[in-house]
This record gives sequence, C-alpha cells and structure tokens, in this order.
Amino acid sequence: MNGPFAQRPAIAGNGGAPKQAAPLVAVESLEKLFPLTRGVFLGGGRGQVHAVDGVSFDIPRGGTLGLVGESGCGKSTVARLVTRLLEPTGGTVRYDGKDITHWKARALRPLRREIQLVFQDPYSSLNPRRTVGAIVGEPLRLQHIGSRSERKTRVREMLEVVGLNPEHYNRYPHEFSGGQRQRVGIARALITTPKLVVADEPVSALDVSIQAQILNLLAELQHEFGLTYLFIAHDLNVVRHVSDRIAVMYLGKIVELSPAEELYAHPVHPYTEALLSAVPTVETTAREQLRHRVVLRGDPPSPVAPPSGCRFHTRCRYATEICSAVEPALIDHRRGHLAACHHPLNTGARTAALATRTA
Amino acid sequence: MALLEIRDLHVSFETRDGIVHAVDGVSLAVDRGRTLGVVGESGSGKSVTALTVMGLTRLPNATISGEVLLDGVDLLAMPTDELRRVRGKRVAMIFQDPLSSLHPLYKIGWQIVEAIQAHERVSEKAARARALEALREVGIPNAADRLSSYPHELSGGMRQRVMIAMALVLGPEILIADEPTTALDVTVQAQILDLVRELQAEHGTAVVLITHDLGVIAETADHVAVMYAGRVAELGPLTGVIDHPEHPYTWGLLQSLPSTEASRSEPLHPIEGSPPSLISVPSGCAFHPRCPYVMEVCPRERPALLPTTPGHTVACHLPVPTRRAIGSEVRSQEARA
Amino acid sequence: MLRYVCRRILWGAFLLVVVSALTFVIFTVFPSADPAALRAGRQATPELIAQIRHNLGLDKPLYVQYWLFLKGIVLHFDLGYSYQNSVSVKSQIFTRLPVTLSLTAGAFVIWMIVAIPIGVISAIRSRSLLDRATMGAALVAISAPVYFLGLIALFLFSNDIGVVHLLPGAGSYTPLSVSPWRWFTSLLMPWCVLAAAFAAFYARMVRGNLIDTMGEDYIRTARAKGLSERRVVGRHGLRAALTPVVTMAGLDIGILLGGAILTETVFNIPGIGRYAYDSIINSDLPAIEGTVLFGAFFIIAANIFVDIVYAFLDPRVRY
Repeated sequence: MNGPFAQRPAIAGNGGAPKQAAPLVAVESLEKLFPLTRGVFLGGGRGQVHAVDGVSFDIPRGGTLGLVGESGCGKSTVARLVTRLLEPTGGTVRYDGKDITHWKARALRPLRREIQLVFQDPYSSLNPRRTVGAIVGEPLRLQHIGSRSERKTRVREMLEVVGLNPEHYNRYPHEFSGGQRQRVGIARALITTPKLVVADEPVSALDVSIQAQILNLLAELQHEFGLTYLFIAHDLNVVRHVSDRIAVMYLGKIVELSPAEELYAHPVHPYTEALLSAVPTVETTAREQLRHRVVLRGDPPSPVAPPSGCRFHTRCRYATEICSAVEPALIDHRRGHLAACHHPLNTGARTAALATRTA
Repeated sequence: MALLEIRDLHVSFETRDGIVHAVDGVSLAVDRGRTLGVVGESGSGKSVTALTVMGLTRLPNATISGEVLLDGVDLLAMPTDELRRVRGKRVAMIFQDPLSSLHPLYKIGWQIVEAIQAHERVSEKAARARALEALREVGIPNAADRLSSYPHELSGGMRQRVMIAMALVLGPEILIADEPTTALDVTVQAQILDLVRELQAEHGTAVVLITHDLGVIAETADHVAVMYAGRVAELGPLTGVIDHPEHPYTWGLLQSLPSTEASRSEPLHPIEGSPPSLISVPSGCAFHPRCPYVMEVCPRERPALLPTTPGHTVACHLPVPTRRAIGSEVRSQEARA
Repeated sequence: MLRYVCRRILWGAFLLVVVSALTFVIFTVFPSADPAALRAGRQATPELIAQIRHNLGLDKPLYVQYWLFLKGIVLHFDLGYSYQNSVSVKSQIFTRLPVTLSLTAGAFVIWMIVAIPIGVISAIRSRSLLDRATMGAALVAISAPVYFLGLIALFLFSNDIGVVHLLPGAGSYTPLSVSPWRWFTSLLMPWCVLAAAFAAFYARMVRGNLIDTMGEDYIRTARAKGLSERRVVGRHGLRAALTPVVTMAGLDIGILLGGAILTETVFNIPGIGRYAYDSIINSDLPAIEGTVLFGAFFIIAANIFVDIVYAFLDPRVRY
C-alpha cells in the first residue's frame, strides 16, 4: 500500500469544468420498476411502482451534481442505481466509460473501492457494537488493502482528516454526537480513496450549525482529493452550496437540470419555482414577499399511479389542457439549462414556443 | 397580562449517567392570539419546556420548580387530576412525527371523538359531527370517508392536518407545536404553516411554535425565544431578534444557515464545536466554549437576561454597544450577500 | 384475502402429507420395538410372530404400506387400526379428544387470567420490588419442568397420597357429562401445573410488550389529549401490546390440542397426549401416525387462523 493518503491533483474549481475528459458517471434513460407484491401468487403484481422512470445525467470528474426532490420522487433510488446497489430495469449506467448496468456482484466488487456512499442517519448507519476505528477500517479490510497495522495507521490519518481525534479510535458510536458520527461515516466512505462519493441526504439529520460544518468539510475534501459527488438532498439551500449543477426530480423524472446559480436565479419549471418559494427564509426581502408564495395544493401523487401527461399538472397553477395529455420533453432552454415543461418560466418566447411544438 | 407566563422554570432529571439539567431557569411569555417561536438545536430544552407546560414531565425522577401561569393560575402547583382537565382542552400540543403520534390501530374518527369525549359530555353522534367539521376545516378532502381511515392510509401532510384538527377541535387557548413540520416535505411544510396561520387568525389561538429552523420562525412568529443548553439566550419581538440580534449564539445560527441568496463560493460559517451535554453544562455562560467573542468573565459568571431595546432581552456579558455593532454587521453581511 | 387463505390451506395439506411421510419413515426405519412381537406376547413362537406380521400387513413393501395408509386417510378418513389391539385409531383419538380439549381450555383460561394482570402491573410499576419479585417467580415457573411441578402437586394435595387431602389424585379424570364436579376437581391440579409455565411466560411477554408500547409516541399524544392514565394504559397501550400476545396464544392452543404429553402422563389423564406416548412405546405405527397427524393438523390450522385474525387486529397488515 502506498504511504499516506495519496494526493490527487486538485481539479481546477467546481462548475463549468472543462469537459475534455469523459464524465465519470453517465446515466441514460435510467429506469427502475418495483413490482407491487399485493398479489398472492409470485410475481402476480397488481401494478408496478415507477420509482425511477427515464432519468439521464452526467457527472464530470471532480464535479458535483445535486439531486433534489421531495419524498417519493426517486432520488434515493437513483443513488442506489448509480452505485449498483440495485440493478436498473431499463437504461444504462456508465462509470468511467464502462457500462456497469448489468454487472454481477463479483465484477462490481473492485469498483466498490472507487464508489462509496455516505448515508443520511448518523445514528443508524454505524454499527453500535463496533468501535469507530473498526468501522472506518472495514472497507480496507473487505478490499484486502494493506496489513492490519497499515490499516490502523490509515484509519487514524483519516480520522484526523475529517476533524476527529485519532486517539478516539477505540470509542463506540454512542460516545459521539450526531455531527461527529457523520464525520465517521464520511471517513469510512473516503478511506479507500474513492473517485465517486454518493451522499444521500448527509446533513438532513443534523442541527443547523453542524450542517454547516459538515458541508464545509465535504467541500474541502472534494477540493483536496479531487472527488466527484452525487449529492442528494431535499433542501434546496443545502444542495446549492455544494453543487455545480442541480437536477430537480419529481415522481421518478427529472423536471429541471441546470447549473446551480441559474436554477436559483431563473427557475424554469413551475415545480422548481414552488420549491424555491416554499423554503422558509430569514431574509427580510423574501419575507416581505410572503404573499407571493406559491403554495402547492394537495399532496404529491403516488408513484404507483402517476398522472397522465406531465406528472406535475395536477398541482401546477399554470397547467392547461396540453399538460394532462402530452408529456413534455426535457429540452435545453439556455446554455445547459434543461427543463421539461409546456409553459416554462423565465425563458424567451422562442424557447417557449419550441417547447410546446416539440411536445 | 400574558395568556401563558413561564417564570424561572427549572426541570432536571435524575438518570444513571447523572443529573440532566434539561431546563435551567427559563422565563417566557405568550400573548393571546399571538405566536411565540422557540428556536434552538437539539438539547436546548425547548421540548422539555413545552412538555412541562402540559404537565407531561411529572415523572418520579424529575425535579420541577418555578411557575407556569395560565391566565394567572399556576399549572405546576395544580393537582394531577385538575391539570388533566386543562391538558387537551385549554392547552393542546402537536408533535413532530404524525405517523408515530397517531395510534396505528384505531380509526381517525375514533381518535378525534375520544379527544372530544375526554373533556365534554357529548353523544357519540354529536362528537363525530364535530370531528367531521374539524377535518373539513383543516382542508382534508373527503373528510367523511377519512373518519373511517387508519393513520397509515394517509400521507404525511394529511396526518399532520389530522393532528392539528384533533388538537384544535376543543378550541384550546394555546396550541403548542413541537417541530410540526420537520418531518415533512418543504412544499407540504409551507401548506401546514399556512394552515396554522389561518386557524390562528380564525380562532384567536395563541401558538407556541418550537423548531430548529430559523426560517420557519422568521415567517410565522411574533416573538422569538432563542434557547441554548436549557436556558434562554435571547428573547424579543421577531424584528428585534432577527434583524437586530444581540447574542453570539443567534449570530452563529444566522450565519451558519446556507441560504438561497448568500454567495456560493464562500464556505459557510458554522459554530465551532457541538452543543453541550446537559449533564455537564459548561460553567458560567453555557455558550462560552463555542463563543468567538468570549471574555474572561464568561466562564465565571452566568449572564442574566437583561433588557436592551424595549421588549428585547439578552443574556450576554458583551457590552451593549459592542453587541449592536456586531449584530448589525452580521445582518448586513447576510443581506448583502 | 380469500386467495391468501386458499393458498395457505393448500400448503397446509401438502405439509400434512410430508409430515405423515416423515413419521412413517422414522418409525419404520427406527422402531422402538417390533409391534408384532409385542402383540404376540411373552410366549411367542417365531411362527406366531410371522403370522401376526402378515395379518398386520407388515410384510408388505414399505411404499405399499405407506400408500395403503394414505389411501385410507384421503378416501375414507380412516386412520387404520392399532397394531396393539386392532381398535380403530380414529375412534381412539375421537374418544380422547374431549379430554384434551378440557385440559387445554381450562389451562388457557387460567394462564390468561393470571398472566395479563400480572404483566400489566409489572409493566406499570417496572423496576419496583413487586415487579422484580413477580418476574423472578415467573422465571422459576418457566424453568420448573411440568413433571416436577406435577409430582409436587400430587405429593401435596392429592386425596390418596398427598399431605393435604384436597383434590382427586392421578387417574381420577371423569368426563364432564358424568360428573361435572369431579371433572372440575380432577382437572384442577393438571390445569394449574400446565398453566404455570405458560402464565409465567405470558406475564413476561405482556410486561415486555407493554413497556415497549408505553414508550411510543402515540402514548404521549394520548396523554396530551388529557386522557386519564387508566385509559391511556388500558385502551391505547394494552390494545397494541396484546395483539402479538393473542396470536401467540392461538399458536400455543394449537400445540396443546395435539396433546400435553407430560401433564397427561403424570396425572394419568386419558387424552391424546397419553395415547401418543403409549403408541410410541409400543411402536404402534397407525396410532403414532394418527396422533402426529392430528397434532400437525391443529398446529397448521392454528397458524392459519392466527394469521387471519392478525390481519383483523392490525389494519396495517394486508394480504
């Protein structure tokens, strides 16, 4: 094993990274159907859940894609499909140029070194019966990297990198606070020097001030080790800080995909507009505009029976007849800002007309 | 006179690991028809304060002192039976997770009717009619059918509406909401907060909204109490506390919020360290180990809650002019960015 | 739901066939004694034994014996005839069924009446001296074997050999129709002995479930509504805590109906359990098959019944 945590050349900046190299992750028309086991006989499904229904995106090396949506939109399923914890029922997943969509467990095992996950709940994602040192060192052990003493050294280094005291190697998870436990989870994810880190709501369970600490840590680590992130969250504020591009999901589909700044400044899809206006904020100016808040009616429909046409039409205040009949395509409205809507906001008349015509 | 007044409340629990000082000298007030927002992170004592008002912390290992005055009558001194008649009828409470807070094995209609019949002598039929009306008022579609539904058959937002309906059906004077929207999606959260605002305007109910989300407070509260380690750090009208904050903890909270308007390229400003354990609370000012402006006196002496501008009190040793200067600096940074 | 029940019944029937086959294999390959020799008696000549073997059909190939046996059950509901005394197994079992039913029903009532209140009180006052004492006693009751308790009970209370002449001793069972009073008194000791371990077990289970349930969020809501503590525990806590207890009880009754062998042997009660024991000793294959199948039937039926009832008790469960 090489000495200390190998330094990779820091990729220049986030956002608009020169796209000479092929993207690290390329997902195309990804689909995952879960059969509903209401039927008595095997496979006699009474329908299926389209958890993920045609999702496509790229993640460039060293970049961060933020994936945002509410519960039931399929973002966690996307995370599991990209890391191949689940097998897609349609579409492709390419990692580092290789099509790993249907690889079996044995072929995937060496990849597990390069693709790691950070989970949401720092209380349940760490085995309470094992020491923190054992938890962080486990990936090395499973991948047969290094001797026991080399692993121990590496673990202690990693603990320090994430801001924990290496002397706490032998402590148990319950002796740490939520934020510290999440750092342990991050240390565990990074110990095999992965290339891709998929973070599934890594700060949702933490207090606000701790969230800020962890977000800063993730940004630092990305810069230092050239990591690529797929960052999943339901909080638009959080995802903005770490993402270059953001994809907004609704009921299994991506409804908007755009560079981060653009999304907040000029949202195109009405759902994004609603999400942005729903976020309560301390900003005085925003508070004064409370009257103009878009409050969506009703609850998100069930993924078992998605609405016809545009899935958002049942809650959209701009919906017209075409919206319930025809599903809008995801088209580029302006320099890499994609949205799927018949009545896109913040766009020039030309792109709007284009949208309705293609649909 | 305030509708609810909490005076110097102390609540501690004896546990195997030591004594937990959950609430350590808290004084708050809620006016009729207004909203008090109580903000703080985990372990700040905000939930225990609320549960104590409801009388739900009268456990064998608990030591409670102070006064909780509802319209001048001390709830803490009330015998358990009498308090039971206040609880649910004059002061109602809703909780964070509506799925686990509703009984999974009884129908919704039954649960609401039970709430009514616990306090009033009405027939089953009359109670059901009131339950139906309550469900309609909180905006549940097909309310008549929903009476016979089980909690797991509804979505998260609907369930929280049911909880609200059940809490308000008897027309309480105060509604305590403990993190009512934390477990919900952000669009649903907006709906629920709107609903609470509407119902408050309609019925004149005072609301105590407990949350860790400053944004929610900023949009719904009239008065704000910032709590830390079982104590009140800052207390005052909304504009006072949010726009002219004077406690380092409040500044820290404001600064560590990622927002849709601050600059992306700058790192966030978290508060160093973690919230303290309530068994070994730091000496003097509980916030001193994490405070960027800590002075020599801070670990020695606990700061008293003293007034600054009218109605606005702060517990901090920093001199007032210094605080005001830093406070406006913090706010203009946020606004500028 | 209907399809679910049908599927379970079909599976159940299949299981019964498997059970009967397994029993057959076990007892033909490893008999405890040669039934023909036992039947022949002490002064048997080899010829006599061979003759009896032929009469009983034991000289036929195994698969033929099994096939005839299966045919008998499915077509005629006939369990064959005992090797011991050529009496119809079916009639033997049905004669003894009411006895086992009496024993089971009485024990069930006693153990539930004892267990639930103790469990509830222990849960409410958990960690108190009362709680520790009852749970300790429960541990003793669970650990003490039935025959131990049974013999102690007989030693202390039976009319013939006991210290205190209180209750009829072993072998004094009388059917309900003959003398209700004697039926009752003769079963009192067996009931208590059989119920002891179950009561202890169920008390612990009720206590554990109730403690868990009382920590749930909906209990906090119930209290916040201003309900009396009695209602909170009784209607909210107990309802949720007892659901698994009810289903367990169903399963235990199913098992007991197959015959409480130890209790019936100690107290010499002519139930199915005693019959099963005797038939094993005598390698009486038709009787063994009969009792095993009966036991298996009750267990399978109880399982299906309990699962259906659970769906009614817990609306979150749907088939």
